[in-house]
Amino acid sequence: MTDANTPLDNSQLPNAETLLHTLATKLTPLLKPNTALVGIHSGGVWIMQKLLVLLEDAIQLHHIEHGTLDVSFYRDDYAQRGLKAENRPSQIPFDVENKHIILIDDVFYTGRTTRAAMNELFDYGRPASITLIALINRGGRELPITPQVVAADLLLNASQHLQLTQLADGSLALDLTPQHNSARP
Amino acid sequence: MNNPQLDTDGQLRHLLSIEGLPKKILNQILDTAESFVGVAEREVKKVPLLRGKTVCNLFFENSTRTRTTFEIAAKRLSADVISLNVSTSSQSKGETILDTVDNLIAMHADMFVVRHAQSGAAHLIAKHVPPHIHVINAGDGRHSHPTQGLLDVFTIRKYKPELHNLRVAIVGDVLHSRVARSEIHGLTTLGVPEVRVIAPKTLLPAQVEKLGVHVYHDIDEGLKDVDVIMMLRLQNERMNGAMLPSSEEYFKTYGLTQERLALAKPDAIVMHPGPMNRGVEIDSTVADGKQSVILPQVTYGIAIRMAVMAILGGGAGATL
Repeated sequence: MTDANTPLDNSQLPNAETLLHTLATKLTPLLKPNTALVGIHSGGVWIMQKLLVLLEDAIQLHHIEHGTLDVSFYRDDYAQRGLKAENRPSQIPFDVENKHIILIDDVFYTGRTTRAAMNELFDYGRPASITLIALINRGGRELPITPQVVAADLLLNASQHLQLTQLADGSLALDLTPQHNSARP
Repeated sequence: MNNPQLDTDGQLRHLLSIEGLPKKILNQILDTAESFVGVAEREVKKVPLLRGKTVCNLFFENSTRTRTTFEIAAKRLSADVISLNVSTSSQSKGETILDTVDNLIAMHADMFVVRHAQSGAAHLIAKHVPPHIHVINAGDGRHSHPTQGLLDVFTIRKYKPELHNLRVAIVGDVLHSRVARSEIHGLTTLGVPEVRVIAPKTLLPAQVEKLGVHVYHDIDEGLKDVDVIMMLRLQNERMNGAMLPSSEEYFKTYGLTQERLALAKPDAIVMHPGPMNRGVEIDSTVADGKQSVILPQVTYGIAIRMAVMAILGGGAGATL
């Protein structure tokens, strides 16, 4: 944990690709039959795509399926902010009923995205369980929700906005910017 | 120019016609509809966006299909829906349109879906309502039917994503069709390079070329090498006087048959906004044939209406 009184800058951020390997290692024991991976757009989907490659053997062994969620239609700030211009179709190409779902997000912050994602998942069926994994837990949750597996904890100020970005070569990187109004994850 | 559809930030506030909507907003509606298509295939075919909101379908003119699809769309967004067939209610007792609207606002309606035989009815209501209330035009006279135009464009994009390479033919009663105008505006705004209208002179509005379309009076010539054929309904109920000799004669001259369909590209799609007059503007074998996408149009109509209501109903409008 870092001290919230001395804000981090970009140079102090961990390497996202290294964190991915940590996350893959921690995720391995959770991969078993009747499990499915679900990435939350956009960062969670990128992470899932990387995990599908890193954990290919276990995923094939246990026939683990995967899907994506765009939680735009379930967000709790719709009445204030309206619908985002860019939303993508959620794609859950398997039966959610009785599945162990591993929900993947990039940066865990308030827990509101997770709540929206869980609400959406239940509209597909009743899962046996949901496990939340995230690359980073940045602190600041506002709901009784917390990720079970994270690659790193970083304590950031509310004025800082941490975002996962995908570079031109397909690799992932973390980016820290001053908080702007529409960018709360 | 003051565009009553957009707020001061250029965001969608009402949907009254496709004319005047920037390409960015058209694409936003189409992209959002794409996300809603999948919702209908889930165990729970609903999303919570308009939970607690009340949508009023104000139909001063009958239209079962349009009313039903708006109703389903609003319900799939979790709104409460009231459908008023106003032609049989207070209007017949002498109440004005705006009085009817004010009464519904007093009952805390949040959104109005308006169908009226008079052009401009939805504009009138949009100008009248307070800022937090949204109006969607579901067809006004011969003027506009924006959600039908949008769902047609959406259907085309689904089957023929390369809009920039398309040749689209609109066939039939363009004069009385509010759909045709909405489609022409939508297609040209989104960059379809060639839109043809095929109709007898009596069923074309004056100076239709000014909309940027190519005019054909001979259907066999007009259908050559097109990618999309959009048939229009022969609007018998809108015809005053004899513009055509008979519906049999019309079918002979302008009806879409298998032989005529063969003039278009082999993978051309056939569309119709419904309700169809089989044997008048379209032959049954074409309407039910493998190139027909008439029923998918109905399905996509729900996704488009969900997208429009979801964009209007949230926050201060869409965030672009």
